[in-house]
Amino acid sequence: MLNWRSQRVRAWYYQAVLIGMLIVLVGWLLQNTLGNMRMRGIQSGFDFLLDPAGFDIGESMFTFTATQTYGAAFLAGLFNTLRVSGIAIVLCTMWGTILGIGRLSSNALARGLCYAYTELFRNIPLLLQLLMWYVVLVELMPDTETPLRFRDWVLLSKEGLALPKVMSAGLTLTPEFLALTFGLTLYTSAFVAEVIRSGIQSVPLGQIEAALSIGLSPSQRLRLVVLPQALRLIVPPLTNQYLNAIKNSSLAVAIGYPDLVSISNTTLNQTGRAVECIAIVMAVYLALSLLTASGMNYFNRRAALKER
Amino acid sequence: MSPTPALIRHILFLLCLSALIGAFPAWAGKTLDAVKQRDQVVCGVNTGLVGFSAADSQGKWSGLDVDICRAVAAAVLGSADKVRYVPLSAQQRFTALQSGEIDVLSRNTTFTLTRDASLGLHQTAVTYYDGQGFMVSAKANIKSAKQLKGATVCVQAGTTTEKNLTDFSRTNKLDIKPVVFEKFEAANAAYFSGRCKAYTTDASGLASIRTKEAKNPKDHVILPELISKEPLGPMVRRGDDEWLAIVKWTVYGLVEAEEYGISSETLNSLKNDSTDPVVLRLLGKSEDTGKLLGLDREWLARALTAVGNYGEIFEKHLGEKTPLGLKRGLNAQWNKGGLQYAIPIR
Repeated sequence: MLNWRSQRVRAWYYQAVLIGMLIVLVGWLLQNTLGNMRMRGIQSGFDFLLDPAGFDIGESMFTFTATQTYGAAFLAGLFNTLRVSGIAIVLCTMWGTILGIGRLSSNALARGLCYAYTELFRNIPLLLQLLMWYVVLVELMPDTETPLRFRDWVLLSKEGLALPKVMSAGLTLTPEFLALTFGLTLYTSAFVAEVIRSGIQSVPLGQIEAALSIGLSPSQRLRLVVLPQALRLIVPPLTNQYLNAIKNSSLAVAIGYPDLVSISNTTLNQTGRAVECIAIVMAVYLALSLLTASGMNYFNRRAALKER
Repeated sequence: MSPTPALIRHILFLLCLSALIGAFPAWAGKTLDAVKQRDQVVCGVNTGLVGFSAADSQGKWSGLDVDICRAVAAAVLGSADKVRYVPLSAQQRFTALQSGEIDVLSRNTTFTLTRDASLGLHQTAVTYYDGQGFMVSAKANIKSAKQLKGATVCVQAGTTTEKNLTDFSRTNKLDIKPVVFEKFEAANAAYFSGRCKAYTTDASGLASIRTKEAKNPKDHVILPELISKEPLGPMVRRGDDEWLAIVKWTVYGLVEAEEYGISSETLNSLKNDSTDPVVLRLLGKSEDTGKLLGLDREWLARALTAVGNYGEIFEKHLGEKTPLGLKRGLNAQWNKGGLQYAIPIR
């Protein structure tokens, strides 16, 4: 018989009890929800994903027609979310780094401007910023009939930024996409700037002095001494900001960009499968976050200093 | 080795937990009982659609959908003021009704197969026969919806509108690009700032939005085509047939009252002097139809005193004298060329 006095045995036993309770709880929740829905006549199941969607999507990365399935619609929404989040993450990293370094600049004007920027953009709620950019892009842009032209390469109007020569069929960036990407980038880069700044400031002054004493130029100093050590402190909060950017992109519903949440809302209303749609959206965002976090952790392990 | 005291304690704890879980009662609430006990009807309405359900600056709600709720409250509880209004977006409305947060959803909701069959809800009676239409700027010089080829159209999310728009676009090969907003305020703003060429929603909604939001209503034209059928009306939860009957027959009662000439002005005189058997039955003087619904004989008389008949409600909130200026059209009585056909109250 198991030896109760052994700590190992006790530990295994407690873990088994905890897992058992968790399984019981989750199982009961599921059973209760499904039972309640059945009792009230609410239909459930994921089979609706194979039914034709019946609605068009304003913009998507692949050609989506209303005859395709709800599953394909969710995929289109996911690609839209990834498109905005991906571009916002890349841009905000670059712009945030510049701002973060600018905050530590010896030039008082640069320092002041960067400080003002971070304080302003961090403290205004993102939704308001997005709405503002959207209003600016839509109200101030010229009408579709009289666009602002730059040769034949760039046309700017209320329909968006049209680049007819890019790719084979031309590329049109809608005001929704532009407002969301722009707003998300500017907002997140304010946070990224602070993360970069704290990372750089965490490098001990002794390291800087040592770099100076062996004659490294300022850019060499930054690249070879400061940043590798600063990265250890930068990467975890930076991962946080990336995850925030991905999740904040769901504010797209407020300005009409058809991201995953927007498609899910439409599907939810047409099929009535509220629990299933929300579950799909939650699972997708969880997967995206876990992927991003693990990617950043891998990068962190490779870029971190190997301590002896 | 015999079970130790610790082990026994743990097993007992698990048993108690599972007993507690099993003891939760199943949801079996009857809506009518809850309404009577609360002495209030909780009514889900729109966040602000002039003519159907909108609050004024004092917070007082008015509109066609609001009056239906007031009529039900008057019929069941005796006073039209015993209503609490819960403003709901298009996304929340069905979940609010399914979960029990509201008793009746009176929010310009279209009756469709999906909503009647798969949401655990019931449709009652149609209060407004509508159709989906388009609004364009007068400057665009568009006379018909079929001229909207390749146009961007502003839509509100979570309604039957998106599907209808797509169906129309595919049938007529128009390749319409929808821009879908979560809040209809955002959709309005986008259309009026020129982002979209056209705005689409129910024709009654278009009239309401044009009145409320346009700087100059005459700058916007509602196109003549109705691209879909949108029968609007109140919805209730499944599981309480009595409540369903009360809401449904209140609507039919208001319509039949107009058909037989009972209005808030003529009500009292008809009550005393009328010899028309239908009128006497509706007002509860000859038969007691209320008893069959679980109410008293004055149920319809109270509702009519509170809100007037269907025609009066229509004229007050949507009619030609209001800023919306809608004609009776499909909503006229069946014997006057419209579709409002009250099932006989007898």
